[in-house]
Amino acid sequence: MELLIFYPIAGLCVALALGVIFNTSPVGSAMCLIGMMLGLAGIFVLLQAHFIAILQIIIYAGAIMVLFMFVIMLLNLKQTASADWVARDKNRFISILTGVLAVGILYKIIDITFLAELNSSAELPDTFGTVATVGEALFTDFVLPFEVASLLLLAAMIGAVVLAKPKLD
Amino acid sequence: MFEGTVPLEHYLTLSAVLFVIGIVGVLIRRNVIVVFMSIEIMLNAVNISLIAFDNYLNLSNGQIFSFMVMCVAAAEVSVGLAIIIALHRNKPTVNLDEFNLLKW
Repeated sequence: MELLIFYPIAGLCVALALGVIFNTSPVGSAMCLIGMMLGLAGIFVLLQAHFIAILQIIIYAGAIMVLFMFVIMLLNLKQTASADWVARDKNRFISILTGVLAVGILYKIIDITFLAELNSSAELPDTFGTVATVGEALFTDFVLPFEVASLLLLAAMIGAVVLAKPKLD
Repeated sequence: MFEGTVPLEHYLTLSAVLFVIGIVGVLIRRNVIVVFMSIEIMLNAVNISLIAFDNYLNLSNGQIFSFMVMCVAAAEVSVGLAIIIALHRNKPTVNLDEFNLLKW
């Protein structure tokens, strides 16, 4: 039954991700990306990580994508010209080398993954992925990274304000 | 045919496919905004792997880590888009190839 839910959501996510990179208008790309984020929230629910699924919707599909749409509207981006797609001749050798290396690495990863014994997972407790469980780990074992993350967000906020200012006086 | 839970490999395959789509987006597109969105796709793909392993091993560490990834993504997007706006003010284009002031 879970597979019956997983395959449509996964297919939708992949199709929307392809839509992001093959769309000619930035607004269309952003819409596809919102759909992909919501699909991934569904995948997280399927993995019983409810807290992260809600965060995915609030932070990614909500906050980050609103920021993207805001900047797209602000810059008044039109349909992209076909020149957007042309591969650069100077980089042809590096492109081919990168492609070959990426395929090799992925092949090796798949090889290792399917060699491993992965189908003996233990029974999950009911508390897995709830706000209480994740919050307890966050505020006991990972309290220092949590505080550092708050500092990072503060620094990003100040940095964004300073960078987007018209002129420093 | 559709009995039982989803095996770990399926999640890892989905994660790998989305990551590769993100890399392709960064490599073939020249529009700054679309390249940025491709980076977001890659971050999300990594989150799937983290949480799938978390579910498999019955831990909370992966979820904490994906929480941190979301924090970094939010910081990165706000600063990155501010940089794009500042660049756009100096040079009204979003084509990455035309931003070559720092190239030698």
